[in-house]
Amino acid sequence: MISRREFMQFGAVAGLATSFSSGLSGNLTRALAQQKMTQDDLLKFDSKGQVTLLHFTDVHAQLKPVFFRPPDTNIGVGAFEGIPPHLVGKAFLKHFDLEPRSPVAYAHTMDDYVNLARTYGKLGGLDRTSTLVKAIRAERGEDKVLFLDGGDTWQGSYTSLKTNGQDMVDCMKVLKPDAMVGHWEFTFGADRVQELTEDMGYPFLASNIVDTEWEEPVFESTAMFEKGGVKVAVIGQAMPYTPIANPRWMFPKWSFGIRPEVLQANVDKARADGAQVVVVLSHNGFDVDQKLATVLKDVDVILTGHTHDSIPVALEIGKTLVLSSGSHGKYLGRIDLEITNGKVSGFSSGMIPVFSDVITPDPEMTAKINEVRTPYEEECTRVIGKTDQLLYRRGNFNGTWDDLICQGLIEERDAEISLSPGFRWGTTLLPGQDITIDDLYNQTSMNYPSAYRLEFTGAQLKEILEDVCDNLFNKDPFYQQGGDMVRVGGMSYACAPKESIGSRISDMRMITTGTPIDAAKKYVVAGWASVNEAVEGPPIYDLMEKYITRKKTINMPTNETVRIIGY
Amino acid sequence: MNINRRQALALSAGAAVFAITGVSTKLAYAAAEDTEKAIMDLAGGKAPQSGKITLTSPEIAENGNTVPVSVKVDSKMMEGDMVKSITIFAEGNPNPDVVTFHFSAMSGAATASTRMRLAKTQNVVAVAKMADGSTYMDKKEVKVTIGGCGG
Repeated sequence: MISRREFMQFGAVAGLATSFSSGLSGNLTRALAQQKMTQDDLLKFDSKGQVTLLHFTDVHAQLKPVFFRPPDTNIGVGAFEGIPPHLVGKAFLKHFDLEPRSPVAYAHTMDDYVNLARTYGKLGGLDRTSTLVKAIRAERGEDKVLFLDGGDTWQGSYTSLKTNGQDMVDCMKVLKPDAMVGHWEFTFGADRVQELTEDMGYPFLASNIVDTEWEEPVFESTAMFEKGGVKVAVIGQAMPYTPIANPRWMFPKWSFGIRPEVLQANVDKARADGAQVVVVLSHNGFDVDQKLATVLKDVDVILTGHTHDSIPVALEIGKTLVLSSGSHGKYLGRIDLEITNGKVSGFSSGMIPVFSDVITPDPEMTAKINEVRTPYEEECTRVIGKTDQLLYRRGNFNGTWDDLICQGLIEERDAEISLSPGFRWGTTLLPGQDITIDDLYNQTSMNYPSAYRLEFTGAQLKEILEDVCDNLFNKDPFYQQGGDMVRVGGMSYACAPKESIGSRISDMRMITTGTPIDAAKKYVVAGWASVNEAVEGPPIYDLMEKYITRKKTINMPTNETVRIIGY
Repeated sequence: MNINRRQALALSAGAAVFAITGVSTKLAYAAAEDTEKAIMDLAGGKAPQSGKITLTSPEIAENGNTVPVSVKVDSKMMEGDMVKSITIFAEGNPNPDVVTFHFSAMSGAATASTRMRLAKTQNVVAVAKMADGSTYMDKKEVKVTIGGCGG
């Protein structure tokens, strides 16, 4: 009888389109544990056809390797319940037939996270990604490879904040992407976006941004390429709800939205212009793009980002391949396409986890990273405290980093309740690690950081929670904005994701006393990252630096904020 | 920066952080039934058909004060296939009958766009009345949200 491991080594795992992913979950488990995993193992791929798409997305300005714990809670509703990306831990491993505790299991899930993080080390680092991209370009020939940046590239670190995104643009130039789309890029302001996109030397695409006055396109929608003798159209989608999820006053003349009818018109135009392959490079979010794949006609591939979900292989939705390549530089997504008689006739796909200890850094990129970081290195590496516990952010509800921020807001701003936005960016610290300025800004780097202090009534608090919750759990993904639930400190509540707006949130109570929240009573609330203009208060990173410095060692009590109902 | 409680209060005074809409407003909003009745009146007591007319609106409004909507009817705009008017209703606004566009053969095409204020999440409905008296309808939900906590 053939053992499971032998079976996997043959690569014949149901549902996996490439031998790479299956091989990685089998024999490489031991290989890496024995320090034998090699760069070549990571690059192994069932190369195919004339066109290779490389997808890199949501790096959030992480130039160096990181720990990033995948979510333990990622609830899907309606048609999206129990399917990728709404699978975590063992359910994810089972769905994709991955071996628990293997490198690939560590890359995609939080199962036994701390132990595996210590075994397999950090992922990412732009110099490692650069090595992979260069190797694939060399193997396939540059004329066959399209390297596409899915956006959320410029924001998320100390140096990106201090240089207004220049550090990332300078480093990405070394990687020479063929096109890019955006989201947090816009929070540097419209003028800065124009300035940097003109400077970077490759197209910044957006099918779905028009000016508010005449509704005319602000950016090119489409870039055409000739790859392996095949005409490939790449159509870009910016994050559709940027003016709602982020401050509209920073780019007041630009309107976004999903605009599926415009996207279809651009697809049709690309086909009419002779495109044999149509790729949508999207920052819509995974569920939005799963729905779009069923709505749009004649799209071969959607490369999706924004929701930070990673999957080991592309999904086939109708005739469209959908690949979601995670975040923070942890992965490089790859799809090879075979084109016969002007149509896609075959493909292979995979997700390369960027194991930073295995991949030799590209010296050219390492030098560039050092160059952009040198003026800030001393400040970036300054230690402000230490954590005794695992600090992470990602998950539908509170994570420990936000528990810490919520507690900091309550204590530093003398509030009863605190709110921290449901961002999905922010790296992870293992128990025992120092907390540096880099780490602090990886959670808080942004251009609207004011930590406000206001009074809200109980009714207003409920309305805020209901509103944000509907952005996350609306059954129609076109109404989802792609963030997680707003994190809450000082107050507990119950949440029923499958209900509708107005009926999801109940049992709101003050944690310290257990007293129910009174709809008419006013509560002092502290929070940060309001999208309104002229919000006052100290920047969150200053506030948290003070708080962590004062606490010295972080060890928060277990979070009791949210009780999930009916899931 | 060192901020004591009094300074903190002074600093944050007047800074609205979330645009709270809906719940506390005392305006008498029209009910969906009012819109339904207005549509039935327009359609001569018969429910409009679906198809032919396409209403385009954002799924979520970026600014509830000025929501762009556009309508288009597939029509030759010639005798036998002529759009007479298109009316747009906002089910949840105080006055649901927002606008009526009138067309003639000189219009060439039956398309129109405008911007409207939507005070809360609601359905927007467009009804086309053809020269022969038949009516067509399309409906879209537009969500008006607080926003600001996405990532």
